[in-house]
Parts: sequence; C-alpha cells; structure tokens
Amino acid sequence: MDPLTSRSIRELRKLLDQRDVSALEVARAHLERIEALDESTVRSLLTVTRDVAEEQARRADERLANGDTQPLLGIPMILKDVLTTRGIRTTAGSKILENFVPIEDATITRRLAEAGTVLLGKANMDEFAMGSSTENSAYFPTRNPWDLDRVPGGSSGGSAAAVGAEFAPFALGTDTGGSIRQPGALCGVVGFKPTYGRVSRYGLIAFASSLDQIGPFTRSVEDCALVMNAIAGHDPCDSTSLQASVPDYTAALREVSLKGVRLALPREYFSVEGMEPAVDASVKASIAHLESLGANLGEVSLPHTQYGLATYYLIAPAECSANLARYDGVKYGLSVREPGAGLWDVYERSRGAGFGREVKRRIILGTYALSSGYYDAYYLKAQKVRTLIKQDFDAVFEKFDAVVGPTSPNVAFPLGAKTQDPLAMYLNDLFTIPTSLAGLPGVSVPAGMVDGLPVGLQIIGKALDESTVLRIAHAFEQSTEWHKLRSPVAQRVVSRESRAGSPI
Amino acid sequence: MTISRAEVQHVARLARLGLSTEEMDRLASELDHILDAMQALRQLDTSAIPPTAQVIPLRNVMRDDVSRRSWPVDEILANAPATHDGQFLVPPVLD
Repeated sequence: MDPLTSRSIRELRKLLDQRDVSALEVARAHLERIEALDESTVRSLLTVTRDVAEEQARRADERLANGDTQPLLGIPMILKDVLTTRGIRTTAGSKILENFVPIEDATITRRLAEAGTVLLGKANMDEFAMGSSTENSAYFPTRNPWDLDRVPGGSSGGSAAAVGAEFAPFALGTDTGGSIRQPGALCGVVGFKPTYGRVSRYGLIAFASSLDQIGPFTRSVEDCALVMNAIAGHDPCDSTSLQASVPDYTAALREVSLKGVRLALPREYFSVEGMEPAVDASVKASIAHLESLGANLGEVSLPHTQYGLATYYLIAPAECSANLARYDGVKYGLSVREPGAGLWDVYERSRGAGFGREVKRRIILGTYALSSGYYDAYYLKAQKVRTLIKQDFDAVFEKFDAVVGPTSPNVAFPLGAKTQDPLAMYLNDLFTIPTSLAGLPGVSVPAGMVDGLPVGLQIIGKALDESTVLRIAHAFEQSTEWHKLRSPVAQRVVSRESRAGSPI
Repeated sequence: MTISRAEVQHVARLARLGLSTEEMDRLASELDHILDAMQALRQLDTSAIPPTAQVIPLRNVMRDDVSRRSWPVDEILANAPATHDGQFLVPPVLD
C-alpha cells in the first residue's frame, strides 16, 4: 500500500471520509516524514509546527465524527513563511524578523484553518520573496528534491520542494514575478498563480503590492482546484481583493477534451537567447500534445516581452523600497541600539544588519528609481511600459482562450551558479514576469524531463478565468504521465511511516 | 552610465539603510550594470501611453465608519524591542 504521504488531497479525503485513517494519523505520517528527511535532504522548512498540527488534526477528527464534509478537512499543508500565523514565528526568510511572532493570522491562514486543514510548518524562501533560487534565504538554501546539488527555484522554493518531496499534499506560496510557477516547474509540481486580487493578501508580508499574489503548490491539477475553492474570494481586510464571484474550480475539470479551445503560442517565448534548447524542444512537444487533444493553436506576438524584465526590476524594487520602510527597529523586528545612539542610527543600523544582500540591492535600486530626478526616467517609464505589456495580452485574448509556453527558460541549476550575477538570476523569470505585470492567472504543470530534471509548461489565462487555465492544465496532465514521476527524495521510504500508512 | 559611491551613499541615506564602504562600492558597480540593462526601455516611445499602477479596475475602497475592537496594548507591544509604560520606547529624536 502506498504511504499516506504520497497521497493526493482527493485520495486522503476518501480515506478520511471512510474512517480508514484519522486526521491525526495523516498528520503524524507527514510530520514523521518531515522530521526524518527534511534536514538531511531538501531543507524546505524553517519551522515545524508539530503541536499546532496535532491539535488541528484532533479538531478535524472531531469535526469528521460530527459529519462535517468540508473538502480540505484533515488535510495537512505547509505555508510559505511570508504568511502570518498567530503565535508562530514568521520570518519572511529574513534575519530582521528572526524573532517575530505575529499576533494575527493572515486571512489565508484563517481560511485554511476554518476549512479544517492541518498546518505542518512554515516553508523556507528567498528573503522577503526576492529571488529565484531560495539561496537568498537568510537561514539556509533549500535544495531540489530531484537533485540535492541544485536549487528548487524561488522565491517559494521551500513550499515547492516540500510538495515535491512529499512532505505535504499541498503548500501555499506567493508569486510576484514567477515565485510560484518557476519553483513549481523546477521541482516538478503544479504551481498556480491566481489573478491579482483573487486571493486576499491580508497578512501576506508585502514585497511588491501591485504584483504579489498567493497560490497553491500541489501534485495534481485537481488538488490545485480544491485548494483554490477554499482560498479564493473577496476579503474586506484587503482593499485590492476582488469582489467577483468565485466559481467551483473543480467543475471546469469535467471537460477533458480541448476541442475548440484556442491556444496562443507567443513567438517571443520560444527559441530565444538564453533558453536551453532541450527545454524549448520539450515544451514544443507538450504543445503538440495539446493540439492532439483538440486544441487549435495559433502563433502570436507579445511584442513587449523583451521589456518585461527591465520593467519588473524597476517596479518591484520601487514598491519594495516603500514596503520595507516599515522595518525600523522600533515596533518589531531586529533593533540595533547602541548606547547614545539616536533614532536615525537605530534605523540605519537595524536595517543594515537585518537585511541581506539582495534585499539591500533592491531597496537601493528602488529608492534610486523613485528619487528626485530619476522618477520619470525609470519608475514612470516602467509603469508606461507595463501598460504596453498588458495591452499585448489584451490583444491576444480577443482571439484566444489561453497562452501557452515554457515556465522557465531552464531546468534547475546548481547551487551557486547564478548568485554572483544578478542579471543572470533575473533571467529565470523571463516568461513569468509579463503575466505578473498584467495581473493574469498562470499555472505551471509538469511537462517533461531533461537530464533527469523536470520541465514546466506554463498556461496563462484571461483575468479571473482561472477555470480555463485549470481545465487545460488538467486535460494535459490526465493524458500524460509526467505528474506521476516521483522525485528521488519523494521515493525515500521512512520506516515508521509505512506502518502509519496501513489501514487501522 | 556610471553610478558613484557618493550616489549610492545618498540613496542609502534616503532609504535609512546602513551600508559599509565595501557594500557601497559593490552596489555602485552592480547598479551600474543593472541600470544599463534597463536603458532598453528608452527605445520605446511612451509619450501617449498612460502609466499602469495596478491592473484591476478598482477605485478607492471605503468601509463604514463604525468602531470595532482594537488590539490589546500588551499584544501590540509583544514584539517591540523596547517599551516603557505601555508605549514603544525610541531613542532621542532630537539632540
């Protein structure tokens, strides 16, 4: 029998509903796997929340006994450590928040708790979500479950690696320029960024407020839809959250044919400089497969794609430099106070000691772009090009239902390979940034292997049309075998777990 | 373009960010490199293009002006590095 930790949400749901297994057993199987493997393999977690998990699992068992049938009741999960959890340290991957214990749950934390999920721990990440490899964590780098010498992608690398290592059936991440989709691709799991505003950001520690969005990592598209059903929807605490009604995302998955679905292939997303040819070929093969499922393909141009990186790396740092002004060593977080020092010294020293290299780089870049004399040339210019990038997508969506292409120009790269060259690191987000700038939903699904490393297929949809994105992703997944491949870490057996996995 | 250490120092001061001399030198050269790559945007004529600050059609969002529970002082101060008489303690602002 497969261990509990390899099960999907849907499979666990069935076992829990039939009382084949208790939520506490499910939680303990995952906790034991994490405690046995995480430190020595991927290092995906900054905090393991065993006590919280066991308490939530016991409560889920009570609800199950009372006939509660919520779809995520008793399902374990992991939160990226940028989502606040009352009473549980939340670091955002930064030393400046090393001892920060939030007094309030993020809306997403609360919604998932109300849905009956069980929090196993908080996932490692690039500091303040700035990075594409999780090497910018102030604590330690996370490693890829397919090859421990390689990065898991980032910034949500801990969440992606944890799902790929089968430490949890789902995890939450955040995506500002690709931070869910890119690690999803590199770790061979489903990574979904909803439309900007679809999921409340209240309690998400802000990086770039016009771009940040929360979304799930799962091992199947159906599980992704189940999580989306629980987390999407308006929140009065987040004034940018959308009032739009939320469909049942699983309903879209019933249609398995893609007959008549119009898919756009942007020529700027294929055979471009800096892209690994084997990744290019793999994604093209996946797109041919979509055609065989009935989709109509059409080549299009998103002519401002090449300006996406520059636009993003002005707008995101500008917003970050404003958002991170709150870390002042006064209200919470690291405070460096030397005798006789004035308030200004406390600001400068606390921030100088508490922020890491990439965060400082972006604060300086963003402050520069917003400073007097440069605002029009950099920040305002970037906002105008953002309009052009959005218009590119608007034009394509007049004739197409979705855009398909690669998630990342490369597979997972070795640790340290790009840390000395910021621009090389930024190139990882070439194909994910335009979607973020336009606020559109996008998913990465496992769609190939190159030299033993996963390749992701990206599907981008119209604003608020997550259903079409998930429908296409599901049709692809269900007619291919890629999502069934298990990473080497996932295949590692933990002995006590196999007992816990047997029916009682 | 060439960014000097003095420019980095000025920007760091605006950001209240303490940097060592080595950090300033390194950032000057990195910033140079990054801003060079951003010059590409200048090729585009955007004179007739409105800026996009955010992508969703939202206007100011208001809530009803009703009182609600506020946080207890001890919880608000729980993460503070220093407190005094139920308040945040800060170093002198004026000499």
